[in-house]
Amino acid sequence: MIAPSAYLLLSAILFGIGVVGVVARKNVLIIMMSVELMLNGVNVAFVAAGSYLGDATGGVFAFMVMTVAAAEAAVGLALLIALYRLKETVDITELKVLKW
Amino acid sequence: METVLFILFGAIAVCGAVMVVTRKHPMASALYLILTLFAVAALFVLRQAHFLAAIQVIIYAGAVVVLFVFVIMLINVPEDRLPVERATTIRVLGVLAAGFFILESAVLARRYVMPKGPAAEVGTVEAVGRALFTDYLLAFEITSVLLLAAVIGAIALAKRKI
Repeated sequence: MIAPSAYLLLSAILFGIGVVGVVARKNVLIIMMSVELMLNGVNVAFVAAGSYLGDATGGVFAFMVMTVAAAEAAVGLALLIALYRLKETVDITELKVLKW
Repeated sequence: METVLFILFGAIAVCGAVMVVTRKHPMASALYLILTLFAVAALFVLRQAHFLAAIQVIIYAGAVVVLFVFVIMLINVPEDRLPVERATTIRVLGVLAAGFFILESAVLARRYVMPKGPAAEVGTVEAVGRALFTDYLLAFEITSVLLLAAVIGAIALAKRKI
């Protein structure tokens, strides 16, 4: 029997690594993959909590997170293709037209 | 046995995640992302959440990562035009902040005692489906609107001329 805190810790580690990817990388594609990592880390916590508490709500929430992740990936990658057509780069520091 | 499997798949997931963040070429990152997602699916199986493990493999590894691979190959950035990563102060601070976040969560997770619930089958298709179509029916239906919006948005954005 594994303690629930082990799952929560693993979830936090995956989320933290995702945060590092979002903050420290310049490649837009890798930043989007890091966002997926963060969503997955949250899912680990949802599923573990749901199963330890004996409540199906955790599973339902994980399901919703997966749906949102799929939608986010589709729209984000479409945006990225449109941006690449315009700027010919995946470097986030060069995409700053909206930056004040 | 359960502990051994947890440590094994947990280690694979964390190592894969580190590789996703550190690889230079996005294609290598995408392949390591698949590894991490499979390891997380295995962890779901350890928690008896078989339905979510299957969904994880089908949706994430099967659809989301394939989409990533498609886009990486479609835009096909030449090796020498990939952005050069430099360790600026703000980046190092960001990494340190994430490290602190993990540390803080470790301390909190150790102190937290989860109340013991009834030993029910919660991860099966039946249990998740029952919750999804009774208590969370409205949320489930709204999800379909979200997916429709995503489909229309993706096509509208990626099309050259509408």
